[in-house]
Amino acid sequence: MKIYIRSAAAISAQKTFGDVPFLTEPVEYQETRLKAIEPDYKDYIDPKLIRRMSHIIKMGVAAARECLNRAQTDMPGAIITGTAYGCLEDTITFLTRMIELEEEMLPPTAFIQSTHNTVAAQIALMLQCHEYNNTFVHKGISFESALLDAIMLLKEGKTDNILVGGTDEMTDASFAILTRLGLYKRWPLSNLALFNTSSNGSIGGEGAAFFLLTDKPNSNNLAELIAIKTFYKPTTIKNTELNINAFLLANSVKIEDIDLVITGRNGNLRNDAVYDALNKLLFAQNAKANYKHLCGEYPTSVSFALWLAANIIKKGVVPAIVAERDIKSQTPKRILIYNHYQNNYHSLMLVSAC
Amino acid sequence: MSSTVYVAGVGVISAIGNNVAENLAAFEREEAGMTEITLIDTKLHGIVPVAEVKLNNAELAAMAGFSSQQSRTTLLSLIAAREALNDAEIDNLSSLRTGFVSANTVGGMDKSENFFIEFTKNNSKGKLRDVFDHECGSMTETVADVLGITDYMTTISTACSSSANAVFYAARLIKNDMLDVVVAGGADSLTKFTLNGFNTLMILDKEFCKPFDDNRDGLNLGEGAGYVVLVSEKVAKTLSKPMYGKLSGYNNSNDAYHQTASSPDGTGSYLAMQGALKKSGLQPADIDYINLHGTGTPNNDSAEGTAIKRLFGPHYPPMSSTKSFTGHTLGASGGVEAVFAVLAIKNGLIYPNLRFETPMKELPFTPEKHFLKGQKIDHVLSNSFGFGGNCTSLIFSAS
Repeated sequence: MKIYIRSAAAISAQKTFGDVPFLTEPVEYQETRLKAIEPDYKDYIDPKLIRRMSHIIKMGVAAARECLNRAQTDMPGAIITGTAYGCLEDTITFLTRMIELEEEMLPPTAFIQSTHNTVAAQIALMLQCHEYNNTFVHKGISFESALLDAIMLLKEGKTDNILVGGTDEMTDASFAILTRLGLYKRWPLSNLALFNTSSNGSIGGEGAAFFLLTDKPNSNNLAELIAIKTFYKPTTIKNTELNINAFLLANSVKIEDIDLVITGRNGNLRNDAVYDALNKLLFAQNAKANYKHLCGEYPTSVSFALWLAANIIKKGVVPAIVAERDIKSQTPKRILIYNHYQNNYHSLMLVSAC
Repeated sequence: MSSTVYVAGVGVISAIGNNVAENLAAFEREEAGMTEITLIDTKLHGIVPVAEVKLNNAELAAMAGFSSQQSRTTLLSLIAAREALNDAEIDNLSSLRTGFVSANTVGGMDKSENFFIEFTKNNSKGKLRDVFDHECGSMTETVADVLGITDYMTTISTACSSSANAVFYAARLIKNDMLDVVVAGGADSLTKFTLNGFNTLMILDKEFCKPFDDNRDGLNLGEGAGYVVLVSEKVAKTLSKPMYGKLSGYNNSNDAYHQTASSPDGTGSYLAMQGALKKSGLQPADIDYINLHGTGTPNNDSAEGTAIKRLFGPHYPPMSSTKSFTGHTLGASGGVEAVFAVLAIKNGLIYPNLRFETPMKELPFTPEKHFLKGQKIDHVLSNSFGFGGNCTSLIFSAS
């Protein structure tokens, strides 16, 4: 069975949402936190609801709706989301109030919206969709888990038009904590110069990207999602390489057939050492692209990479801002996305022209 | 794709016992696990009862052979998951494709809520180790690492249906021939955050909860963990121990009515149960026991009861809410109750619905009040419905 991406929509720190040029006007930030550019939510959500919704809910619901709009579909056959951190803003609001008000007179709204399944639930509520609804919350493979669920649903043959998305938000509190934990660089820098220096830490990001998957061929489909795979804590680069080779072999693809490799390079020395090593080995001859300087690092950022890959294939152009050095083929037919999260969770996605 | 998925092992820890045998014994004694709050420093102490696991973190850590610095959720998860895996007695586990699909809703909140006391005053303060494992996925990862499961792991969080969805997803990983063995279920520990959250919703009963009683007045929060070891048909054939049963039906539907409340006619519950029956190829009359979601809130029990009336009437199987023993263990409840479901099949049991007195006016049926042994139980329906309209029903059958 072939699985196709019918449509995709992304809210990110770049101008990616709605009918916009394809990353030809990259947005530059001079800090280590990239905030998502918010659309006019009134076009997507009942204004009465917008007021009560947190950042992640608005991003998720709007991206989901735009994704459906792009496929001219009203009702998906299932709604599946991946989010590592869940609804942080509401969680922290309730937690802070509980501490500051010493457990007295707490308003319930933040608690109600703090559960990890709120985005998927709000999409279902908005669409009145009674179908399969699930939320995965597993660190750096939250989105991949959701995607695997979607692929299995299609293979099981009972449903079509699976809406699947990755969402994570950054709040002031989480940014402060993750900075203290050493995830981000300690001084401001231009995101567009992220790969120019080698140092510890990355830049933080957030976003929401949704996809509508189908097994029905159609000339409007963006791309074919050939396969995905995740693997855990490879012990050596050799082991990582073996895993990638096994993935390619299982899908009858040779590395030289890959027109573009999109990697999860994030500017952090230790993180990028994995890509540096592979670029000398398995990926030595491949054209390469990066994306985390555009959207920042977050556990579901690979959903941005999938949005990028699907659009590169459909539009037949590799935006200059993502290309690593010069790229020979401007119209890649087959893209491999390879991302790892803190060298624990590694994921592969193979995307192809339909 | 049509291959059968069997339950080869079970493990559970809850307010009524630290392992399977203790839980079964408490059912037989008809003894609930609720008490006053003893383990959390909260103003709700003395106001609402809870169903705590009767071990503090140091005792849990000793039992788990693990660090007491871990989140309580992780410790509960490890104890029950390990019991399940040991129970399955799979000798050649390392040569099989093994996964861990676990669910929870609070993650490391028990530690994070301590961190935030200092952090809220000054964001350069607070011990980072208390917030490092805040994510739900951290619980799963830590337990998988201890159990040596590396082929696949993931975490699901769909509020109170979380671990039913974990069991469901795990079974599909086997049916899609991606894995041979999956330890599936979930865990949640009680936290000040959840206690206060549910308190703001005004759905906590100040007495011990009375599920499906006309005078019910809310739920009691509980904690615990429950896991089943699911194996493929091929693996099942190699195991010498008899299987507990098989997962014959499952369905996930959304109520799409309200973020927290259930629709009056229980649309989501109805669709979940109906879909699970359809998947299993069974008729309502084939179900021998329903393990109700049965939280004890007026709204939930009314919606679930109405859906059962629509689907099963006029012939109702015995049913009960084991939350009258364990409290509502939230993200763990689907896993805990999956364990109870297969134990009901294996041991021919129907669990009592404690403290039931007055039938609900709108329902023509009542739950079972006493512990019954020697029953022929071939098919059990287990319901788990949650916030966000996430409704999941599982059907376990004798193998």
